[in-house]
Amino acid sequence: MTAPALRRLLDEIGPVDATGIEERVAKFTTRSIKKQSKLFGLRLAVTMVDLTTLEGKDTPGKVASLCQKALCPHEGDIPMVAAVCVYPSMVKHAAKHVKGKGVKIASVATAFPSGQAPLKTRLAEVRQAVADGADEIDMVINRGAFLEGELALVQDEIVQVREACGDATLKVILETSELETYDHIRAASFLAMRVLRPGDFIKTSTGKTSANATLGNNQVMIEAIRDFYLATGTEIAMKPAGGIRTAKQALQFLIAVKETLGDAWLNNARYRFGASSLLNDLLRQLETQRTGAYQAPYTFSDDSTGY
Amino acid sequence: MPAKKSPARPRELLFGDLWEFDPAPESAEPFIAPRYGLFIDDKFTAPKSRKYFDTIAPRNGAKLSEIALANAADVDAAYTAAAKAFPAWSKLPGKERGKYLFRIARLLQDRAREFAVAETLDGGKPIKESRDFDLPMAAAHFFYHAGWADKLEFVAPGRTLQPLGVVGQIIPWNFPLLMLAWKIAPALATGNTVVLKPAETTSITALKFATILQQAGLPPGVVNIVTGAGETGAAVVDHPLAAKIAFTGSTEVGKIIQRALAGSGKKLSLELGGKAANIVFEDAPLDQAVEGIVNGIFFNQGHVCCAGSRLLVQESVADLVVAKLKRRMQVLRVGDPLDKNTDIGAINSAEQLAKIKDLVASGVKEGAELHQPSCKLPAKGFYHAPTLFTKVSQSHRVAREEIFGPVLSVLTFRTPEEAIEKASNTPFGLSAGVWTDKGSKILKMAAELKAGVVWANTYNKFDPSSPFGGYKQSGFGREGGKHGLLDYAILK
Repeated sequence: MTAPALRRLLDEIGPVDATGIEERVAKFTTRSIKKQSKLFGLRLAVTMVDLTTLEGKDTPGKVASLCQKALCPHEGDIPMVAAVCVYPSMVKHAAKHVKGKGVKIASVATAFPSGQAPLKTRLAEVRQAVADGADEIDMVINRGAFLEGELALVQDEIVQVREACGDATLKVILETSELETYDHIRAASFLAMRVLRPGDFIKTSTGKTSANATLGNNQVMIEAIRDFYLATGTEIAMKPAGGIRTAKQALQFLIAVKETLGDAWLNNARYRFGASSLLNDLLRQLETQRTGAYQAPYTFSDDSTGY
Repeated sequence: MPAKKSPARPRELLFGDLWEFDPAPESAEPFIAPRYGLFIDDKFTAPKSRKYFDTIAPRNGAKLSEIALANAADVDAAYTAAAKAFPAWSKLPGKERGKYLFRIARLLQDRAREFAVAETLDGGKPIKESRDFDLPMAAAHFFYHAGWADKLEFVAPGRTLQPLGVVGQIIPWNFPLLMLAWKIAPALATGNTVVLKPAETTSITALKFATILQQAGLPPGVVNIVTGAGETGAAVVDHPLAAKIAFTGSTEVGKIIQRALAGSGKKLSLELGGKAANIVFEDAPLDQAVEGIVNGIFFNQGHVCCAGSRLLVQESVADLVVAKLKRRMQVLRVGDPLDKNTDIGAINSAEQLAKIKDLVASGVKEGAELHQPSCKLPAKGFYHAPTLFTKVSQSHRVAREEIFGPVLSVLTFRTPEEAIEKASNTPFGLSAGVWTDKGSKILKMAAELKAGVVWANTYNKFDPSSPFGGYKQSGFGREGGKHGLLDYAILK
């Protein structure tokens, strides 16, 4: 009898010690980023934002204003964000505003956030989003199958979604809070990376459960990316999502990237933040650095609540 | 002729200068006096020797202050004050002694930032360590022992603890304030009075601590602090009023003290050197093990008696672990200890730096393979790059002698038995680390390793309630926990 698939995978990729990983990431939070290095980090973070709205109450109008914010976050020389992230039905509306202007359109598909729909339906959703103009597809993995130990099924579904993406970049959401252990997160990362193309992403969460991106699960995933790159040469990108609301947090995540994956991952082709309220805090801190004083919240246009 | 095939370039990560961190110096004022006297009978007094010596900042070699040099007459004055204070202090109800200790602990917390900067200036350790480790731990030791002061009758059921009298305490330069706390807190909790001598290169925080004692209103003479080098230490050891000597420092000096005390009837506890094995099994969580290895050897520039200075790694994962370790070492930041981002600060003294360099040179000469990450060291001050030796064998000096610096020797093993044998093949026995995902292996190793502390899947973790001390030439006696209290008392 062969060992169960998950056990075999864990044997192959090695375990993660929870206490140890949390101790490692605690060190990132003690880094003190000042002056020019702070400006650099904040601007870099702005370019990495996938500005997101994923609400039942989203309308073409809301998406339009989100797109404007993405293209021009604030007056001055603030760079544009990496992408807008919307539901599939909103892709065509977003396309009207940002297509060809340097901000990409990302769409959550595959019955986001639960993924609990027949595969056929999920694939059709992906194809439609791509046809409507999505440059990037954020899919959710089948967590039920993963926890049942049906790893081949999980991986096979990722392959089918990847095929349905065509040229669009794929981001695979592990939904770390539902996998619960760091061992599972590492295993799921490898499961996905082994069938991804260079430049595809693995992503922590949907933002729709109680726990989202943390420095801990981010660290497990970027260490997996590092190990996978060193073993295969394939560069996989990373997107923590949900729960990153402050500039300070974003800088801590970037320090983790700097010290774990190095300079080649410090750009928006390799690292993104799935967030909405983060952007204005980044702008607020950038303005504080520029002017030497905190500006009132109403100084910054607010067009992305939720997530 | 066919062109020579260039070998495939191994994939590596680039830890470059894309995002450099700006200097982030800690700016709190350390309040260091230009000159310090001796602290005897609650007063700062000029030394009878009339001599002072300079103390310098290892980060740049600049003079920080002048410290009094205590001679035998000064030490005698300190013992006399302590002996005079003993009857009243030892008869004080435990609850009252506890109040003083609580007060000291809280004052240390209040003045933590100031003390952390002073510690970093005087000793060279990174500010993030003095801020996040030394100060909180020092306060924790006073809090812990404050709790014990009125509960001494519960330490050993049916027995009571009685104080010894005046204890002489000599502490090292690697954790100046923390070692002071380890020594003074249990001594006071059990009702003893104290004559303490800090290391000559790191007296400042001990003398600043004297001002906390004044703030706390501790009765005169209960704690006396005499400063100086070896001769002062000898006077502390030899004084007839000493009921006990507690020493933390080198094995060499420990042996001298033990000889000096033979037949004197004085109690003795020694916490000496170490050459700890950090044992990594093939089934360990390797990235976290690497983090533990880094904590084990580069914490406080390796100036740690329980530093994990020998890495024993199972052959099957040795190359992988070393590769991960080298990658991790590339992002260690070496430099000005006052910078909040510094991971490895300054070596404590020119003398210690010379000793480290000598041992590193011996490692190279004896055939071990040296690896240091490329890092720019500051031009002034005492600095040493983090250093890794591979291809080390048991007989190399770097595998046998305590280096007390940021130098790690990597050895390999094949079976658990071999790991235990190699780990124990040293005159020391202070600490060890075991890394494996298998609980049963941890228990087996912990039982068989001859070391005072065995850490499992972690390293360099301390707690006031956990006794710390060694086997063999690492000393005897325990500090912390119930065991530590018993070393400062007579069981009646």
